[in-house]
Amino acid sequence: MITAGIDFGAKNVKVVILNDDKIVARGSALTGFDLKIAAKAASEMALKAAELKIEDIVHITETGIGQGSVDFAADSVSEVGANAKAGVKLLATARTIIDVGAEEARAVKCDETGSMKDFVVNERCAAGAGAFVEAMSRALEVELGQMGPMSLKATEAVPMNAQCTVFAESEVVSLIHNQTPKANIARAIHDAIAERVVSMVRRLGITEDVLLIGGLAYDVGFVDSMKHGLGVEVHVPEFPEYVSAYGAALVAQERVKE
Amino acid sequence: MTEMKYQTKPLDIWNEGKALRQQYYENYAKAHERGGIRWAGGAWAYSAVPSGLGDDVWSLTGEPYGASVAFNKEFAARCQEAIEAKGFARDLCAYLRNYLGSVVLDEYVFGGEFPKPDFMWTTHICCSHAKWYQIASDLEGGVPFFCIDVSTGLTEDFNERRRGYVVNQLLDGIDWLEKTTGRDYDDEKLIQAVYNECEATSLWAEICVLNKTIPAPLDEKTMYSLYVFGTLMKHRPEVVAFYRKLRDEVQDRVDTKIAAVGNEQRRVITDTQPPWGFLEVFRYLEKHGVVSVGSLYTFSLIGAWEVKEDGTWGPRTTPQQQGIDIKTRKQALEILADWTHARPEWQHFYSAHEKSDLMLRIVREWKVDGVMLHYNRGCEGLTLNIAENRLAFKEAGIPVLPFEGNMGDEREFDLERTKKAVDSFLELLGVK
Ligand code: SF4
Repeated sequence: MITAGIDFGAKNVKVVILNDDKIVARGSALTGFDLKIAAKAASEMALKAAELKIEDIVHITETGIGQGSVDFAADSVSEVGANAKAGVKLLATARTIIDVGAEEARAVKCDETGSMKDFVVNERCAAGAGAFVEAMSRALEVELGQMGPMSLKATEAVPMNAQCTVFAESEVVSLIHNQTPKANIARAIHDAIAERVVSMVRRLGITEDVLLIGGLAYDVGFVDSMKHGLGVEVHVPEFPEYVSAYGAALVAQERVKE
Repeated sequence: MTEMKYQTKPLDIWNEGKALRQQYYENYAKAHERGGIRWAGGAWAYSAVPSGLGDDVWSLTGEPYGASVAFNKEFAARCQEAIEAKGFARDLCAYLRNYLGSVVLDEYVFGGEFPKPDFMWTTHICCSHAKWYQIASDLEGGVPFFCIDVSTGLTEDFNERRRGYVVNQLLDGIDWLEKTTGRDYDDEKLIQAVYNECEATSLWAEICVLNKTIPAPLDEKTMYSLYVFGTLMKHRPEVVAFYRKLRDEVQDRVDTKIAAVGNEQRRVITDTQPPWGFLEVFRYLEKHGVVSVGSLYTFSLIGAWEVKEDGTWGPRTTPQQQGIDIKTRKQALEILADWTHARPEWQHFYSAHEKSDLMLRIVREWKVDGVMLHYNRGCEGLTLNIAENRLAFKEAGIPVLPFEGNMGDEREFDLERTKKAVDSFLELLGVK
């Protein structure tokens, strides 16, 4: 049975197509201003890769910020619900799944069946998410993809006190003027985000195994900061930013069977 | 929409309630035209006390007024801009800002100029209370102002000495009222107002107890429009009469299984004032069969409670039910102080644990499946310790959804994001 999941992220729309529970294709497009256009582009990319037509898909479940914006989705699931489903599929022992995207961080606790037991989301603040790294990479004049590797070369921990992106940016500028090595600043940035995410996850209670997903899970510097912050091993799956879409596609499978 | 399981219908008494509220705001605005006097103060003020000045004494309580402003989003935004332009910070109590903004604009949310009170009479427990009326008094050209400190600690610590502290202030207050208004004080009217207040607030608790029933005869969104009379004029006979009728109607709904939400599947409670401009969140829950059956806030902001013989929470036995015949001013004030300082909604000012215990009691007795906690940036008073309460629910294994917002300032509430969080909560409750 062919199903699909579509995840409307703040930065990208992601689509995953499943044949039973096997992933056959992925697609993504920049979210931009028009969710419909982005969803269409991401779907077409995935359909092309799978050599399928939209009519071949039995059920599409959506998740993320733009729920209800496309008419080809049959229903929806929350991101935390989707993450719980996908998380245990990707790592059977996963019990805490932390998702750090461009604008939001969220975490879900689940059981071995992928049923949500509790969840937490950050509130209206980009300082706990990927947008913060982007803003800081601009301030540091370092390519976004280089922030992680650079952070791993840090020689010293530099505390950052600012509570929000706007103030953090001026703090980074001060550090630059103080001749602080860029690697140490990059590390400080990752530690600052990780600290916020970890304190949010602590509200849930940390149950191993921990799976880290979302776009920021690509950033090795951030992953390392999360490991230190949580004090436990942090697992990162392949294609971490597609996990919510994958979870939505799994939910679609379940809903057809119901 | 999930499947309808129960019959449902609107409250018969609804329009009567609407008219009563309208009358209240009109009585205040037109008090001078009709030869009466008017005062302003907090919803927790000892409102029975100015009643000794006569039957033509009308009040305007600030918090419900601030909430009424919040319903009118365009006017609320103008009020907030007006008071912020005067240098008042955005993180102050949202009701205070709505109220003071309305004073600065000289516009009454119900139409016309803002009706200036003859005096201000309030209590102080939250750090905004006394300041609120001190500032209002200044803004309105020095309106006479009397404030009673009620920060006497937990109910269990309210001993004779502490009661004496409050009662002495009230006795001084009565002298002040006579001097300020030039009227003679009538103790008989005070005594009647005390009886009224005890009965009205106990009746409200009785009504809330009926909501232990499945299906709930009332939803919290509706209760907001009903408890409000206790915050406007808990001492007035018309509120007693209204609550008696309401109690009978709700009892009838219980007997005939009339539900507030016909598709009730799960029951939740909330905490603190809701974001008033966005009560659609409750309708969203109801679409999925989730009814909010109340909160510590709705039940006990004004409700008078006691633990009954069987250990459950029920309406407090009134002095008249106990056969107490109030004879003197001092006795009336002592009874009123005892009554007021047992208010459950005041306990969290002193102990997060006390509040958690009260909320957990509600969860058990009202058969609640989950809790939604409004981290209300607009009210530092009632939000105090709310994160501690969340931990208590978590420890007890009760699903809990904290969401951020502001009861009176829509700039601090994100409807879409809240709905998304609610979606996850609905999945957690197994209804979506
Ligand atoms: S308790 Fe809340 S609403 Fe009341 S005065 Fe204090 S901050 Fe304002």
